[in-house]
Amino acid sequence: MTLALEITGLKKVYKSGVEALRGIDLQVEAGSFFGLLGPNGAGKSTSIAIISSLIQKTSGQVNIFGVNLDEDRDKAKTFLGLVPQEFNFNQFEKVSDILINQAGYYGLSRRQAMPKVEYYLHKLGLFKKRKATARDLSGGMKRRLMIARALVHEPKMLILDEPTAGVDIEIRRDMWHFLKEINAQGVTIILTTHYLEEAEHLCRQLAIIDHGEIIANTSVKELLVKLDKEQVILDLKSPLLKMPDIPSIKLQKIDDCTLEVTFNKHLVMNDLFALLSKEGIQVISMRNKSNRLEELFLQLVGNKSHDAL
Amino acid sequence: MMHYERWPRYSIALYTLARKEVVRFFRIWSQTLVPSIVSMALYFAIFGKLIGQRVGEMGGQSYINYIVPGLIMMSVITNAYANVVSSFFGSKFQRNIEEMLVAPMPSALIMWGYLIGGTLRGLIVGMLVYFVANLFTQLPIQYTGMMISVAILTAFLFSLMGLLNGIFAKKFDDINIVPTFVLTPLTYLGGVFYSVELLPHFWQKLTHLNPIFYVVNAFRYGMSGYSDISIYSGLGVILGFILVFYLLVWFCFEKRSDGSF
Repeated sequence: MTLALEITGLKKVYKSGVEALRGIDLQVEAGSFFGLLGPNGAGKSTSIAIISSLIQKTSGQVNIFGVNLDEDRDKAKTFLGLVPQEFNFNQFEKVSDILINQAGYYGLSRRQAMPKVEYYLHKLGLFKKRKATARDLSGGMKRRLMIARALVHEPKMLILDEPTAGVDIEIRRDMWHFLKEINAQGVTIILTTHYLEEAEHLCRQLAIIDHGEIIANTSVKELLVKLDKEQVILDLKSPLLKMPDIPSIKLQKIDDCTLEVTFNKHLVMNDLFALLSKEGIQVISMRNKSNRLEELFLQLVGNKSHDAL
Repeated sequence: MMHYERWPRYSIALYTLARKEVVRFFRIWSQTLVPSIVSMALYFAIFGKLIGQRVGEMGGQSYINYIVPGLIMMSVITNAYANVVSSFFGSKFQRNIEEMLVAPMPSALIMWGYLIGGTLRGLIVGMLVYFVANLFTQLPIQYTGMMISVAILTAFLFSLMGLLNGIFAKKFDDINIVPTFVLTPLTYLGGVFYSVELLPHFWQKLTHLNPIFYVVNAFRYGMSGYSDISIYSGLGVILGFILVFYLLVWFCFEKRSDGSF
């Protein structure tokens, strides 16, 4: 197993005394799509900033594709592409110049960079805007420009810090598709996101970080197994006039003809429908509630906070 | 450990950094190249021609020929300084400095990118001012090598100072404080418009603490062969300042912590 990233005992204490990371251990396999989740201030961005050499760690070790950051930072950096949370390009530079310069910083001459620049501009739908200054791009385009910039030197590992924050659903879906595509080509992806649906959709491995500690680190499937509750949305044939009281399931009315049902995951679906049918409820269709991971996330983070109290 | 195999990559990176800086100041030429030429042309016309004719000779030459080397140096100093401080602070402000910090480049390379940009702007503006000065007077050149060396060293020194200012600046006001309250007074008091021999003994001694005085004298020596001080002490002071500021800036780059400067 080749490790793209190996973090051991990583600690960060800021000058202000804030302990952002309390000795985290993390391993990311090469080629995986890894999600790093956590509430605001949990330590996600600090971890990413240390990995990408934007801030200095207090202690611990970081290896990127087997290269220790302390021993050969320069080489370790060649493997990385970073898409930060906030726009951090020169707003007055041309789109194509931003990419050409970034490629140059990694040692690609203009001639070597040009085909890659054009490829990623096409790929991310920015080619027509290549001569525009960055400040004239829309928010979604700026996000895509940051992804193109991070990829132009063709890194082995791409780190995205909340890349879809503030973009509309269509662009978000396009980005997901693109990220899956480059992951399929062998690029290891580490993603932090607030959209748990996004993590569930994209990531195979997940770590949840809270108060500077990793509180879960496993595959998405295994993590979801931990959920003891299942939630479904039911569309009803006729309006529900009176909410029935069924002991083993929790019902919540979304509107007259839509019902959210929460039940123990060990309950057989036939039994669920039998119980509903007994109350005169006829179901036309059923769908999963998409934010299963959100429930688990809140459970884990909530428990941690509760433990701390 | 030196990784010689990485030097081709570093040379492309340095070229990219320097090119970016040069493209930047050419793109905004009306803010970076033209203002010095206009103000220096006014200095030459008013102080050099109109008032200068009544002043008579200074340092064994016409007044306009006496002030031209100082005014060229003034342009080199202010432009080299302004280029680096504004470009570097702009990169900090917009956070595009992070583009460079995440890339596999040694700190010194990023430093040199800015320094080359500042030095080139200082020299280009200095040359343009020299050409404009030729429209007003016949300028002698005694020691071309000395003139060029002093101009390059001066542009480099003040680029370093600008970079140091940019590193410590937290807001836009901070990048104007040093040029307004330190650089301009030192330039005016550095023997641009008068020979220090005209000053009382105490003020002459005080002037010797001003680094710009050495720069102006060394450059004037290259042009006219006249200097208020020993040319070697002038060059020594410039090189000494370069060493000190280079180490300071390098230390700030190497020891930066927590993301920003």
